[in-house]
Amino acid sequence: MLKTFPKGGVHPEENKLSAGNGIKKMPLPKQVIVPVSQHIGAPAQAVVKRGDKVKTGTLIAKAGGFVSSNAHSPVSGKVKKIDNMMDAAGFKKPCIIIDTEEDEWEEGIDTSNDLIKDINATSDEIRNKIADAGIVGLGGATFPTHVKLSIPDGKSIDHIIINGAECEPYLTSDHRVMLEKGHQILIGTQLLMKATGVSKAIIGIENNKRDAIEFLTNIAKEYDGIHIQPLKVQYPQGGEKQLIKALLNREVPSGGLPLDIGCVVQNVGTTVAVYEAVQKNKPLIERVVCVTGKSVKEPCNLVARIGTPLSELIEEVGGLPEDTGKVISGGPMMGKAVSTTDIPVTKGTSGITIFNKIESKRGVATNCIRCARCLSVCPVGLEPYHLKNISENEDWEMLEQEHVMDCIECGSCSYTCPANVPLLDYVRLGKANVSQIIRSRKK
Amino acid sequence: MNNMEIILYTLLSLSGLGIILALILYVVAQRFKVVEDPRIDEIDELLPGANCGGCGYPGCRGFAEALVQADSLDDFYCPVGGNETMKAAASILGKEVAEKEKQVAVVRCQGSPEHRKKTSEYDGPQSCILESKTYSGDSDCPYACLGLGDCVEACDFDAIHMNPETHLPEVIEANCTACNACVEVCPHDIIELRNAGKKSRRIYVSCVNEDKGGPAKKACDVACIGCGKCVKVCAFDAITLENNLAYIDYEKCKLCRKCVDECPTNAIVEVNFPPKKKKTEKKPPPDKKETEKKSQPKDNTNQASENEQEQQNSNSDETKA
Repeated sequence: MLKTFPKGGVHPEENKLSAGNGIKKMPLPKQVIVPVSQHIGAPAQAVVKRGDKVKTGTLIAKAGGFVSSNAHSPVSGKVKKIDNMMDAAGFKKPCIIIDTEEDEWEEGIDTSNDLIKDINATSDEIRNKIADAGIVGLGGATFPTHVKLSIPDGKSIDHIIINGAECEPYLTSDHRVMLEKGHQILIGTQLLMKATGVSKAIIGIENNKRDAIEFLTNIAKEYDGIHIQPLKVQYPQGGEKQLIKALLNREVPSGGLPLDIGCVVQNVGTTVAVYEAVQKNKPLIERVVCVTGKSVKEPCNLVARIGTPLSELIEEVGGLPEDTGKVISGGPMMGKAVSTTDIPVTKGTSGITIFNKIESKRGVATNCIRCARCLSVCPVGLEPYHLKNISENEDWEMLEQEHVMDCIECGSCSYTCPANVPLLDYVRLGKANVSQIIRSRKK
Repeated sequence: MNNMEIILYTLLSLSGLGIILALILYVVAQRFKVVEDPRIDEIDELLPGANCGGCGYPGCRGFAEALVQADSLDDFYCPVGGNETMKAAASILGKEVAEKEKQVAVVRCQGSPEHRKKTSEYDGPQSCILESKTYSGDSDCPYACLGLGDCVEACDFDAIHMNPETHLPEVIEANCTACNACVEVCPHDIIELRNAGKKSRRIYVSCVNEDKGGPAKKACDVACIGCGKCVKVCAFDAITLENNLAYIDYEKCKLCRKCVDECPTNAIVEVNFPPKKKKTEKKPPPDKKETEKKSQPKDNTNQASENEQEQQNSNSDETKA
């Protein structure tokens, strides 16, 4: 029996269309739009101004606190302006717009492809380098990585968990990274182990990526303490809490962090970024983006500089198909539809899924038929139909008592609902209101 | 024991029990008597009984209780009952109440599809608040009306309706009680309560876009671009410009209408004014009439004085029917 989380979960059609296509490098964009803040936490502050010359890897926005992250110029050129530009949700956010001139890298960055296996840095150095490089969780949540690695006094961890589950349908970027950058992942993992002083690491991979499991298991023999664990194909296996439950059978307490039960979870893409930051001094300026969809001519995995407009990536895979219904930033389950393709790739853009008109249609919502399917698929053990009703009646206090804040917004409930009830929409509304109440209480 | 005795004992024991219980009830009622000010009932009678919460109290009775307990009535106002109700309540309480100007809800967005191009389509649950949690809206203006009618649902007085052509809510002034329900429910804060004004004439900036001029104008033809022309032309300092958005203070505005002519995007709206005599030297902007048309049915008053307005009222009635 393959390991998995015990409660709920769904198995949507996998549709991993681009799994067989290697990672391609995108040509340099003519212009990049780099949002100043691409992470969860305190907003960063721009440190360049209009007309400044920047090189690839130059710091352009500085972290605005501990839980915050730097941003670096993904190209070399001239800062055109710092202006408010639309983000994926359509709201204006401060962005640094850089006109590309060439690709001249900042000194000290090793751009060669040589693999550096020896780890010389101390744990403090590793953490500082990760913080300087502006690395955030590349799985999509964009939580600053150095914060996760700073273990507060009184807490100890015994496992590093590397998330290679990639449970989202369609997306294959992590899969390709595991196949093509296996050594980098393992060295990155060892760096994370050293930074936190842990001797054990587990890489959890869903069983639909057999080639990646086999490849990593083979090369992991060269590295100490790293174990590869195949997992059952079940969404949301890649959810942090679900992954820990599946691999270690430990449960993150309500409102707690993985730190509380002795683990730190990082995405495979993040480990590669950590490897590059520590061993090669390369800041996080590009990422693998999976551009996919049933109507897309050639779905593939692209390495794109941060700030490249989505439209250029879509152009690269053969342009927007005629029957496009929705363009989703991220995967089909947790991604968000974008209103324009002029928005840039950010550190959290794991994929672009293009849905045709039939796929993208939301069914007509009818009344709840009390089949309780949403209950049985909720991986957290909540009652989505109940939460939706409370949220609709705006009873925020009761919603808090019903543990709405434990919802991971995986969307399994909405996916499975035969009556097309917009469960997650209402739960999100409730979460937003409840978190506001909790925040005001803390003040 | 014969039958008669059984009946007798039953009657005696039951009536005895009844008397004892009645005595207990009487003693309890006397002991824990709640003395309520009779004026609360009187004022409660006066109030409209809509329980809309527009006064800020939980229902009309709550308001009546608060009125009786209050030292001064300055901070109290029943928007539904208006000044008359407040005066009547004040006379019961033997207190003075300052007269407040009647207010009405105004919708500060003119972004009908013809002015504001749709750039995306929203197919989620039909509720403004849910849409606003998902993204900025179906056009490039992140401030605009989402058009799904949360305000219509919130209104207890049938005073706000969606216009099927403009996809914007329209306030029926005669029904609007300024209870604030629509203002609170609107996630984009488009609806505002403003003084109804003399003869129900009002001038306001019908836009809440805080973007710079370029993007604002690009997203919507009739957006306030923050040019500040109205601020300059206003002789009464009634207009302020903040975050690229003009705002007319209804307390200071003398309804001279200079700003309406000055506004290059027709973002400033006048309602219930008789049509102006055409000026010869200045050509009115081409789509000016259209905006006027749009703004006027918003506040359908019953006191239509001009032919044109009557016509428009009947037009909009038709569309409603």
